[in-house]
Amino acid sequence: MKMNAEYKELAIQGLWKNNPGLVQLLGLCPLLAVTATVTNALGLGLATLLVLIGSNVTVSLVREWVPKEIRIPVFVLIIAAFVTVIQLLMNAYTYGIYQSLGIFLPLIVTNCAIIGRAEAYASKNPVKQAAFDGLMMGLGFALVLIVLGAIREVLGQGTLFDGAELLLGEWASVLRVEVLHLDNKFLLAILPPGAFIAMGFLIAVKNYIDEKQKEKQKLQQSQEEPSTIERVRVNFD
Amino acid sequence: MTYWIASSPHNHAQSSTAALMRLVILATLPGIFAQWYFFGWGNIIHISIATITALVCEFFMLSLRKRKVKPELLDGSAILTAVLIGISLPAIAPWWVAVIGSAFAIIVVKQLYGGIGHNPFNPAMAAYVMLLVSFPLQMTSWQPPLELMQFSLGFFDTLTVILTGFTPDGFSVEQLRTHIDGYTMATPLDTVKTNLTLGMTVAESTTSPIFGEHFALGWEWINIGFLLGGIFLIYKKAIPWVTPLSFLASLFVCSFIAYAISPDSASSTMFHWLTGATMLGAFFILTDPVSSATSVKGRMVYAALAGFLVFIIREFGGYPDGVAFAVLLCNMAGPLIDQYTRPRTYGHQVEK
Repeated sequence: MKMNAEYKELAIQGLWKNNPGLVQLLGLCPLLAVTATVTNALGLGLATLLVLIGSNVTVSLVREWVPKEIRIPVFVLIIAAFVTVIQLLMNAYTYGIYQSLGIFLPLIVTNCAIIGRAEAYASKNPVKQAAFDGLMMGLGFALVLIVLGAIREVLGQGTLFDGAELLLGEWASVLRVEVLHLDNKFLLAILPPGAFIAMGFLIAVKNYIDEKQKEKQKLQQSQEEPSTIERVRVNFD
Repeated sequence: MTYWIASSPHNHAQSSTAALMRLVILATLPGIFAQWYFFGWGNIIHISIATITALVCEFFMLSLRKRKVKPELLDGSAILTAVLIGISLPAIAPWWVAVIGSAFAIIVVKQLYGGIGHNPFNPAMAAYVMLLVSFPLQMTSWQPPLELMQFSLGFFDTLTVILTGFTPDGFSVEQLRTHIDGYTMATPLDTVKTNLTLGMTVAESTTSPIFGEHFALGWEWINIGFLLGGIFLIYKKAIPWVTPLSFLASLFVCSFIAYAISPDSASSTMFHWLTGATMLGAFFILTDPVSSATSVKGRMVYAALAGFLVFIIREFGGYPDGVAFAVLLCNMAGPLIDQYTRPRTYGHQVEK
């Protein structure tokens, strides 16, 4: 039971409360740069997810033998190794998406979300939890990427999953949905400034939901237990 | 009886925001009239579309922010923003350009930053730049002055072009833009820029009929209209005289130097003054009390920087006109300029 609660907490932290994209605002550079389409976002999200799981597991495995003084370089080397693996795999199997992600694929090495998790969680916790934490943080990051990619793709060119076959193989070309028919592309949504503005709106929506929930909880609490009136007794001795 | 000790300033014009905004809107009328005379009904239609959108968005945002809706909605600042957007759009741009532009100006640039008095950027110009970056085709489909057009364009024709993209007679925007001789026309600034890349000198390109007899057919009168409105505003003390003067002087000096060095590749100083959005920018955009610098010295630096940037963008940049970009860049520099041009407080020595 205790284990389950811990995993649940990890999931909530990664997906919502401490989401690397929306709350920690880590890894903004790839987040904003490659989310012009859902396909790109999905590609980068998956790559980051895999790297995050791999690096979390490895860091957690070696945590006993890494001296404190040089832990950061060691973490970076581990992450870089995983990024190289992923990059070579994508180069081999999903060449189209590998090309459209360009420099942002190798740049996952510098994604602070990954080294942040290695430093803050994986280097202090056993393998299983670290792996699960990597999965949840990676999913949280990937979800933000995908939502942002969807918003920008719909606004920018009116489609969803344009070019999904580059990532998922030939069958995926049926996934392409034309949501709106736009005569003109809305270039702002595709350009980086549009990403910043859309990101701002996403964070605002998240904060709004949080606030609503807080209010609801407060309301419930006050209904369940009528607030006890505290009287201050003043004694003049 | 006690003395009321008030802090300075002791003498101030007690005019409300609404009165000031009304005055500024009034002052745009000569320029709008010139636009109407030379380019037809397009801009007036765009101004109305933009105004309606701006008011709806303002109402929506104010109620969302739980502000007092009525006084803030009717203070005229949203209307002024919409009027400035409507003026700066190409006359036969489609209707949704005005809608998206003024919605962006009000919702994102103005209200999200905290409403009137809190926006770091000039809403109208930020919206214009957003539109120019997002819809380059629509935002550059400038229509030639009416007298050079192949087809006549009445109020109803303009309205249907804006709403549907075609006149009742079936002419498209592209066709409307063609000149009597059958080629597509651009603005004078655009023509000079394009011709320079084709290896023509400025003097050669000014032989094009779009330049008219003086500097730029139609545009010169529009700019003179805004100049008149601006002088009226200065006379009414609605705007400081420092900003436009410094801006125009800076633009004059920059373009004069360029013209003196190489008259073949640089346009004349008067051409810079009387084409594009120069006068609109000088008197109506840069003087925006919220987003500009605050002290006299600061305004001087601010506007001079804007003039320099306009010249640089027009002469070397990728876009033909640079007022909107220059204004946004100066908006960003505004707080820094204020920081270094703080006026000496009366009675205090400047520390050496």
